[in-house]
Amino acid sequence: MGNTETIFSALLTLGLVAVAVALSLYEGLDLERDIGVAVVRSFAQLAAMGYAIDYVFGLESLAAVALLLTGMVLFAGWTSARRAQGVPRAFAVAAGAIGVAAVATLGLLLLLRVVPPTARYLIPLGGMVIGNAMNTASLTLTRIRDDLAQGRPAVEAALALGATSRQAVAPVLKTALQRAMIPLIDSTKTAGIVFLPGAMVGMIIAGADPLEAARLQIVVLYMLLGSVSVSAILAGLLSYRFFFTKRHQLRAARPAAGQRGDPPAG
Amino acid sequence: MREKIRVSGLRYAVGEGAEILKGVDAEVPGGRITAVVGPSGAGKSTLLRAINRLIEPTGGEVYLDGEPTSALDPLELRRRVGMVFQLPALFGATVGDAVLYGARLAGRDADAGRLLAMVGLDPSLAGRHPDALSVGQQQRVSMARALALEPEALLLDEPTSALDEGARDVVEALILDLNGRLGLTIILVSHALDQVGRVADRVVVLAAGRSEGGWGREEFFSGEGERARRLISGRP
Repeated sequence: MGNTETIFSALLTLGLVAVAVALSLYEGLDLERDIGVAVVRSFAQLAAMGYAIDYVFGLESLAAVALLLTGMVLFAGWTSARRAQGVPRAFAVAAGAIGVAAVATLGLLLLLRVVPPTARYLIPLGGMVIGNAMNTASLTLTRIRDDLAQGRPAVEAALALGATSRQAVAPVLKTALQRAMIPLIDSTKTAGIVFLPGAMVGMIIAGADPLEAARLQIVVLYMLLGSVSVSAILAGLLSYRFFFTKRHQLRAARPAAGQRGDPPAG
Repeated sequence: MREKIRVSGLRYAVGEGAEILKGVDAEVPGGRITAVVGPSGAGKSTLLRAINRLIEPTGGEVYLDGEPTSALDPLELRRRVGMVFQLPALFGATVGDAVLYGARLAGRDADAGRLLAMVGLDPSLAGRHPDALSVGQQQRVSMARALALEPEALLLDEPTSALDEGARDVVEALILDLNGRLGLTIILVSHALDQVGRVADRVVVLAAGRSEGGWGREEFFSGEGERARRLISGRP
């Protein structure tokens, strides 16, 4: 098959990376190191994933597909939790939200027989679902964390008026969900006009019928809308309660090293 | 005089951090205005938040009408003991919505116009956006929204510190009026002794997380309270 040659031929495009590095050096952007790390990591990760998918294809086992997708969910949860530092139990919340989003959307596609239950469909679609759900979970969690820190007076004012934690956090939750979902809604609106989405580009290049590529791309976009909504809502609903006590008290912000804890005594 | 709120051996700390309240005792008589004063960092705001349980004390107890508040539903407690903060933080599309926020959550009927009139504002402001009001007016709206729940007591956390002198005078007059007309028990956290002299019936002094005692206003401003007043001003 020449799989190995195929992957290494991608290395030829390093010439394009060299342009980026040269620009960074010439303009003093100080990005060479980051570009280098990104190039090495993406090559290693994508090549490894290519071999892994190739291996799973050979197994023809749905259990192996499920195992691979589970690993992707856990890694996505870990990545999201690292982004959302300061959010209590961020890993469990993010992995849970991403996992449910993946199961719900892929499950629905299988149930409605939109896609066949084969590794060839489930792994790439699962990767897209999980990746987008991960970004949404990160956005939701960091937004809630920052808004609860900045909007503390408003939340406490609501609690002082007899609001429950859920009622007091409602405006924060609403903004966080909006901000997390708007990017995908916008790119869905412009799909096909401003840009051709990745899956469609890939299929057309690989020689598929453009109409079949469009059909699958539509499925992909709707699937992503679904998974992103599930991920955002779950990340929001699961995480907010850890910022409050059972007695409807907004927990003190975790004091950073060398700083005094909240609330300010006075 | 009937005691409305009693604070007994109250302690508070965040996690493993230093204690902010280190055993505070205070008595708050019903129907009077009690000022809590002390240097900044004394724990005055923290004490108020512990009284309506916006924070959970790590030790001690707060009694409301002789009943331990740790045994009360915190939402019910906060409806009975209202709170006004340093900054108004109004929410809702209109002033009317802002005034009725708590009452609606509690499923109670309330009249925004009447509540606005109670705090000396024109009832026609109810349809305006909260941001269209001056900070002084917003602070009075935040008092109206606390009153909408018909509380038995009101906790005021430096309610005039963000206001100019004119707005401050209006709010002080309003505090005296609410206390006189409704017989509301009021706890006022203040860092300004002149304000305490104009408004308070009783003074409780807090320093470095400990209570240093309580005085009637006359005692506090006479020779007897001199040590406490020196403590507040930070002079030896």
